[in-house]
Amino acid sequence: MSTGALRAALDRPVDFSPGRAFTWALARDLRIAVRTKGELGVQLLFYVIVVSLFPLATAPERTLLAMLGPGVLWVAALLASLLSLPRLFAGDHADGTLEQLALSPYPLPALVSGKIAAHWLTTGLPVAVLAPLLAAQYALEDLPRLTLAAALLLGTPVLSLLGAVGAALTLGVRGGGSLLALLVLPLCVPVLIFGAGAVEAVRAGLPASPHLSLLAACLLVAAVGTPFAAAAAIRIALD
Amino acid sequence: MRRARPLTSSVHLEAQHLAGTRGAARLFEDVSFRLDAGDVLFVRGPNGSGKTTLLRVLAGLTQPSSGRVVVDGEPMQPFDARWRARVAFVGHAPAVKDELTTEENLAALLALSGEVASAEAVHEGLRAAGLERQRVLPARALSQGQRRRIGLARLAAAQRAIWVLDEPTTALDAAGVGWLAALVDSHAARGGIAVAATHQSLPLQRGAPASLRLG
Repeated sequence: MSTGALRAALDRPVDFSPGRAFTWALARDLRIAVRTKGELGVQLLFYVIVVSLFPLATAPERTLLAMLGPGVLWVAALLASLLSLPRLFAGDHADGTLEQLALSPYPLPALVSGKIAAHWLTTGLPVAVLAPLLAAQYALEDLPRLTLAAALLLGTPVLSLLGAVGAALTLGVRGGGSLLALLVLPLCVPVLIFGAGAVEAVRAGLPASPHLSLLAACLLVAAVGTPFAAAAAIRIALD
Repeated sequence: MRRARPLTSSVHLEAQHLAGTRGAARLFEDVSFRLDAGDVLFVRGPNGSGKTTLLRVLAGLTQPSSGRVVVDGEPMQPFDARWRARVAFVGHAPAVKDELTTEENLAALLALSGEVASAEAVHEGLRAAGLERQRVLPARALSQGQRRRIGLARLAAAQRAIWVLDEPTTALDAAGVGWLAALVDSHAARGGIAVAATHQSLPLQRGAPASLRLG
């Protein structure tokens, strides 16, 4: 049982760069998500069901549907994201991985960013791809539907990023799921407004670029700030 | 960009008047000791006496309610980058993901520790841990003791000067306990420091380790 050979194989110093940390966390979380039965399908199914329920429940008048559509599609995307957020850190917290992440020589914000990216790839991106197809139920034309896809592509990462801060803050808290929703939903209101507003603008014949630019700005700010906030919240949770 | 420091540079770990609380309960007070290269400290005490809290303070996970920890001559705040580069912490839960295979788990832990997780390194680690036959099994098929062996294989491979181990013998069989003792022995022989909370005595060959009693 010599660890001598082991040490010889590993006798090289390693750079603790954020990029390496990001890819490690992203690859690992994606692999776990793919192998967890039902993980990838549940949010998507939820989204499809919620979006399809509205035209059934409300008066199916075309103009009204088209007016409701963007808002409904956005709110459903937010709810689908919220559904999977508690699991972002809870699994790692339960099996001791979170402590190893926090004690790793790699920067914790970079590790957290990788996890958030994996979360978006398995929740936000599929929603952004599906939404234009589902929007057909709301009598939206092609250009609004394309705008919806673009807005969701910009906005769903923001939902994942903001949600990660909420998930980190509510780690280990009893009833954390509802507290998480209370924390995250108000923060996501600007994304909803700009995102739905982009589609409505295009429907009114106006350009969507102001709204999309604002969404891109939200994404930039969130991408830069939230990993550090989430990392700080994780360290507090481990204290 | 930081590099892992070689184990040959001397290491010191000093606790100065540490006090720990959990909620309103004061667990321990005025705990002080100094450990130099090659020292092994066993922390003993009844359940609830604060062993886990003390170990988490020593690993840099938790702020003590008073006192401070000095690593390599410098007092440090929890999660200090220099501290993280020096310490390996083994907690109650072995940080093993059910959905990954045994070798994927070890590779992930090695990479997270900043080691190069080459295929040969992972194979050597699994062989040392006695887990070669379970290599491609998902970790959910492993027993608790086998999961703990993965964590210990990571411990053996990571180039860390300070080992903080919270009940590392949990779920280990006699062979596993012997392996752990051998690991601690060789770690101390190379100039490392080990602090362990353990109910079970580790059969160390390096003579009687220091003992700290809480509670």
